[in-house]
Amino acid sequence: MLTKRIIPCLDIKDGRTVKGVNFVQLRDAGDPVELAKIYSDEGADELVFLDITATVDKRKTLAELVTKVAKAINIPFTVGGGISTVEDVKVLLNAGADKISINSAAVKNPQIIDEMAAEFGSQCIVVAIDTRNVDGIDFVHTHGGRKPTLLNTQKWAKEINERGGGEILLTSMDHDGTKSGFANEITAEISSMLSIPVIASGGAGNISHFKDVFTFGKADAALAASIFHFKEIPIPNLKKYLQIEGISTRI
Amino acid sequence: MQVAIIKYNAGNVQSVLYALERLGAEAVLTDDLEAISKADKVIFPGQGEASSAMRYLKEKKLDKLIPQLKQDFFGVCLGQQLLCAHSEEGNTECLGVFPVEVKKFKPENSADFKVPHIGWNNLENLKSPLLEGLDDTAFVYYVHSYYCELSEFSIASTDYILPFSALMHKANFYAMQAHPEKSGLVGEKILRNFLEL
Repeated sequence: MLTKRIIPCLDIKDGRTVKGVNFVQLRDAGDPVELAKIYSDEGADELVFLDITATVDKRKTLAELVTKVAKAINIPFTVGGGISTVEDVKVLLNAGADKISINSAAVKNPQIIDEMAAEFGSQCIVVAIDTRNVDGIDFVHTHGGRKPTLLNTQKWAKEINERGGGEILLTSMDHDGTKSGFANEITAEISSMLSIPVIASGGAGNISHFKDVFTFGKADAALAASIFHFKEIPIPNLKKYLQIEGISTRI
Repeated sequence: MQVAIIKYNAGNVQSVLYALERLGAEAVLTDDLEAISKADKVIFPGQGEASSAMRYLKEKKLDKLIPQLKQDFFGVCLGQQLLCAHSEEGNTECLGVFPVEVKKFKPENSADFKVPHIGWNNLENLKSPLLEGLDDTAFVYYVHSYYCELSEFSIASTDYILPFSALMHKANFYAMQAHPEKSGLVGEKILRNFLEL
């Protein structure tokens, strides 16, 4: 049986792991390679590395870090941040990344999703959406959630699916950093609408939030950062809890 | 023992090399026909699109070499699919080692079944020395939209939408749809078993 995935996210800045509260204040949480190894040993199902300064600074994600991680761990990982061309993807996949994640570049030029999927296969193209609810309507935001667009989130998610995106990483900017739970409503809406998996992100604060996002939120995977980095929720405990609650996990 | 990992333009072949390094095996990433022919074991990895991968194999004349190899050979993910007769992905004629059809998953109900099949799923009906020490509680990591149909060559199945060939075996050819190099301790065990065949 296919299990629900628990995915720690390592936000990277200057080769170090950081996590912002609502993406503004940054805290240092250590060496990414070391953290990756710990998570892999603890039973994380997958890892995501987001170079959070990459888009803003127009800087490319460091392929060297990707290689170090690929050598150290035996679980899959996704790399995102500043990826905009087919060549960028090729460099990162060759360095050892399993999947890449694009965000702002896809909003700017949606055709790039088709091109990347045709070249490398849909399965390694994750499209990240940062969404914020403005007066009852969900809008896509770019550039680390700072820049609003006129794009409706649900409509964009559907378009990503149609263009050949392999997975959607949906971050609710309203929930991110609040620890008040995932955005279950929009996650369920988008997950039910699409034929591709949805990774829910933003708002994890306690173990029951994960149960909620897998049941009410219909998420295929759940991503979190600070609660894992600061050991507020150990992954083995989280997985045991989910198993007891009838949600299948890999233990 | 020398292991050759076949190098081609289909994504992430590097991580197979790293996985073998973690096991202490001596491995080279190569598309040189002679180096591949001489190796004690050959691993044929892959992640990507079938028709462009086949184009590359033809350019390098690997399409003629691979089916003739006599040493233990392990096709992984796209590598398993390319060993089959034909793939629905890009309507591609493949290498034909296994007379098996590669089909696309058709989700019956998108709320229950997503495509690609991404994540950790367990092996069932295991029967092969390649899977020694493992049982149906063994989880492996999948990322794929196409699958190999069950056949007389299946040595393990996985159930997603329908049961499909998780692993296959015919003579010196072994193949696996999931990624052993990304499947934690279970994947390490399978790679180790392959090296010890």
